[in-house]
Amino acid sequence: MDRLDELESQSIYILREAYSKFGNLCMLWSIGKDSTVLLWLARKAFFNHVPFPLVHVDTSYKIPEMIKYRDKLALKLKVNMVVGQNKAALNDKQTFPDGNVNRLVCCKNLKTEALRNTLSGEWDRYRLDHNKKEYILDENKEPYTGVIVGVRSDEEGSRSKERYFSPRDKNNDWDVGDQPPELWNQFKTDFAPGTHIRIHPLLDWTELDIWKYIEREKIPITELYLSKNGKRYRSLGCYPCTNPIDSDAKTVSEIVKELESGKFSNIAERSGRAQDKEDGGLETLRKEGYM
Amino acid sequence: MKEQMNIVIVGHVDHGKSTVIGRLLADTNSLPEGKLDQVRENCKRESKVFEYAFLLDALKDEQSQGITIDSARCFFKSSLRDYIIIDAPGHIEFLKNMISGAARAEAALLIIDADEGIQENSRRHGYMLSMLGIKQVVVCVNKMDLVDYSKSVFDKIKSDYSEFLGNVGITPKEFIPISALKGDNIIKGSESLSWFEGNSVLSSLDSFKKEKSEEEKPFRMFVQGVYKFTRKGDSRRIIAGRVDSGSIKVGDKVVFFPSNKSSEVSSIECLNSTRTEVSAGHSTGFTLKEQVYINRGEVMCRKDERTPYVSSSIKSNIFWMGKESMVLDRWYKLKLGTLEVPVRLKKVFDVLDASSLDGCRRNEINRHDVAKCLLECKSSAAFDMFSEINASGRFVIVDDYDIAGGGIITGFVEDKRNVVWHDREITREERSKILGHRSKMIWFTGLSGSGKSTVAVALQKKLIQEGKMVYVLDGDNVRHGLNKDLGFSEMDRIENIRRIGEVGTLFVDSGLITLAAFISPYTKDRNIVRNRLGDDFIEVFVKCAIDECEKRDPKGLYKKARKGEIKEFTGVSAPYEAPKNPEITVDTSKLSVQESVDKIYDYLASNDVI
Repeated sequence: MDRLDELESQSIYILREAYSKFGNLCMLWSIGKDSTVLLWLARKAFFNHVPFPLVHVDTSYKIPEMIKYRDKLALKLKVNMVVGQNKAALNDKQTFPDGNVNRLVCCKNLKTEALRNTLSGEWDRYRLDHNKKEYILDENKEPYTGVIVGVRSDEEGSRSKERYFSPRDKNNDWDVGDQPPELWNQFKTDFAPGTHIRIHPLLDWTELDIWKYIEREKIPITELYLSKNGKRYRSLGCYPCTNPIDSDAKTVSEIVKELESGKFSNIAERSGRAQDKEDGGLETLRKEGYM
Repeated sequence: MKEQMNIVIVGHVDHGKSTVIGRLLADTNSLPEGKLDQVRENCKRESKVFEYAFLLDALKDEQSQGITIDSARCFFKSSLRDYIIIDAPGHIEFLKNMISGAARAEAALLIIDADEGIQENSRRHGYMLSMLGIKQVVVCVNKMDLVDYSKSVFDKIKSDYSEFLGNVGITPKEFIPISALKGDNIIKGSESLSWFEGNSVLSSLDSFKKEKSEEEKPFRMFVQGVYKFTRKGDSRRIIAGRVDSGSIKVGDKVVFFPSNKSSEVSSIECLNSTRTEVSAGHSTGFTLKEQVYINRGEVMCRKDERTPYVSSSIKSNIFWMGKESMVLDRWYKLKLGTLEVPVRLKKVFDVLDASSLDGCRRNEINRHDVAKCLLECKSSAAFDMFSEINASGRFVIVDDYDIAGGGIITGFVEDKRNVVWHDREITREERSKILGHRSKMIWFTGLSGSGKSTVAVALQKKLIQEGKMVYVLDGDNVRHGLNKDLGFSEMDRIENIRRIGEVGTLFVDSGLITLAAFISPYTKDRNIVRNRLGDDFIEVFVKCAIDECEKRDPKGLYKKARKGEIKEFTGVSAPYEAPKNPEITVDTSKLSVQESVDKIYDYLASNDVI
C-alpha cells in the first residue's frame, strides 16, 4: 500500500464508522477540492452509493461556476443534495458586500449561523428533486447528529488540533483543551442528547495528497482551480473575499508539480481568503462553529 | 512517492525532546529556507543563547499563523524516507494526549538525560509504549556532554533501563549516547564518543521496518456493516470492513465469530475495478456464496487458519484515563474492533504504578493507573491475544459518553457455554454444557397456602440472576392452557398430573431447571411423575400446618371450603398424603422464604446440579 492507499483506507474506515453510529448523518459539501474528494471516498466506502445527504450552505455570494458545478455533479451522481441559507441576513443586507458589516460578521451570518440552523433543522432546507431538477422545500426537519466535514490538519493551526470524531456542544462550541482520547481507531461515537459530533475523515491528508488523489482517481473538479490568464484559485469561497493566486498550472498534474516544487511552501493555502486575516481569523470563526 | 513513517518522541520533562527534534530538523536540512538563520538572528537580538529547541517553537508559531510547513506535524527526512514527528506531551496531565499521539506511531525515540538518569516518566512512557504495541524503540541517552561523554555513565543507564524495558516486554533496537546540544550522534558519529560503535539516531531510525508483519498473520476483519442498497437498485449484499490482518481471496471458506456461521467468499467488491485477493490494511467488502445473517461486530476469519478465542471472561492489562475511577460490578461498554458489548470489572489482580512497576492491591482502577484485571462481558466476544494479533487483541472502555480506558488482552477464562457443535443430534450433556448447569424437575408439594409457588418463584429468581435457565410450572399457567379441558374428577386429576409430568420431562430434556408447584396431595400421583423422570425428579415437601395455611389463606379458598362452596378441598374435605421420603423438606412455618430458597439451593449445589 502506498501513502494514498493508506489515506484512502483510513478515510473509508472513518466514513463507515460514522454511517454505522449516526442515524442522522450528513456530509458538508463546500464544492471545494477537499469535500469533493470526500464525496469520492464516500462512493468508494458504500460501493457507488452515498447513503447520506450532502449539505451545502449557500451564501449567495459563491462564485457562480461553483453552484453550476454543484448541481451538475449532484444530478449525475444521484446524491441527496440539501441546501440551506441565511435568508434573513440576506434580506436585511447584513453582509460585507452590502457594506453593513465586516468580513468576520458576514462569515458568521452567512456561514456559521446558516450552518447551525440548517443542521438543527430550525431553518428551511431545500432538497434537490432529481426528476424536476430543481430545489424543493425539504419536509425533513430532523437535526443532523453526525456531520462529516472535509477539514485537513495541515490547512491551518486550529485544524491541526482536531480529532477524527470531535464533539460539539449545544452551542456548537468546541473545547480544544479537553478533547476525548482517540486510539486504535476507536472514536467518540457516544454523545449526550443535544450535542453533535463532527467527523473529519481527511484529517491526515495534505494539500498535495488531495491533488495527487484527484489526479490518480480522475475526480472531476471545478475549473476554477485551473490557471486562466496566469491565475487560479487555490482555495474557494465567496467572490468578494476570495482572490486567485499567480499560477500557470492549467491541469491537475501541473498543480501537483507546482506544489511539489515548493513554490507555495511559505504561503498559506488560505492566503487568498480575506476573512482569515481579520482580527481573530479562522480560530475565532471555528470556535463558534465554522467548519 | 517516498515512504513515510510516524514516530513519537517521548521522555521525562526537560530531558531534551525538543532539542533532539530541533537538531534532527536542522541537521537533515528539513527546515524551511532561512529558518535557522532567522531563529539565530532573533536570539542574538534578544541576547539569548541559541537553542535548537527554539526551532520547534518557531515552527509551531508559524503553523498557528497559518503558514503551511509542508506537513501539519513537524517532519524531517533521510535519504530513505520522510519522518513525521507526532506531538506527544511529556507531562502526566497530558497522558490522554500522549496516548492519542503515540497510538498512531510506528516507532519511538525514548530520551533519557545522562545526568539525571532514569526518571518517573522514562519508565511510565516505556510502559505505555509497550501497552500500545510499539515495538520499534531506540533509547537516546542525551546530554552526554554534561557527563564528560563517560562510557560508564552510559553503560549504567543502558543496563538499568534495559532491565526495566525487558520487564515490560520491550527490547530496544539500540541505546545511543548523544548530545543533541552539540549534535553528537544525531545524524553522524562524534569524536567525543569514539568509544561508541553503534548507529547515529538517524541511521538507527532508517533501519526500522514499516510494519508489514500483520499480513503474515491469520486473516481477521471486524465487520463494520452489512450493506444492501436495494432501494437504489443494487441487489448486492456486501459485508464491509477493513482487513486487520492476513489476506483472503475469492473462493476461501470463511467463519464469523462469535456467531460461528460459515460461508465462502464469492467476490471482493471495489469501485471501478476488480480484485480477487485483498490483504491487511485495505478497506474492502465481500459478497458471500451462501447468505448468512451476521451483524456488525463479528470477526470474519478464514476456515483454514487458526480461529480466534471466544469467551466472555477476559484477562487484560488496562490503563485508565477517566476522571471517575473504574469500579467493580458497574456496567461499562467494551469496544473491541467494531464489537460493542456491556462489560464489568470482576476482579483486580494488581494495580501497577506505571513508573515503578510496583504493584498494590485495590478494588478500583484510578486515573493514570495501569491494572491487571479480569473483565466479564455480558455476552461472548471473539478476540486474540494482543501478543498474537494487535487489532483483535486490544479494546477501549467507554464510561458514560467517553473513552475512559484502553486495554490489551493477555488471557481469558474458558466459558462453560463454549462448546464445539457437531452435525448430529444434540445430547442433553451438550445442552447442559452450553447452559452451564444440569436440568432437573423440582417438584413442590404441599397444602394450599403452604408457600409452594412463593418459594418456587423466589428460587427461580435467584437462579435466573445467576444465568441459569429456569421455568416455573404451576396451576396458573397449566390449568388455563394445556389442561383447560380437565376438571377435578379422579380421572381428570390423574390426567392433569400426567400431562404436567410429560411437559416437565420435555423441559428437563431441553436443559431447563423446571420447577413445578402443585398441591399434588396423593403419593400415587406424584409417583407417576417420579417414575417418568427417574433421577431427574427432586421432591420438595413444603411443610406447613393446616392452621397456619388457613390463617394465611391468600386466595380465600379455605373460607369458601369451610362454607362448603368448594367440595373436596385438600386438608378440609379431602386428605393430603405427605411425602414419606422427600429429597428436601422446607418447613415454612419456621423458615423464611429466603431460608427455604437457600436450603433448596444448597441441595442443588451439593448434588452438582448447579
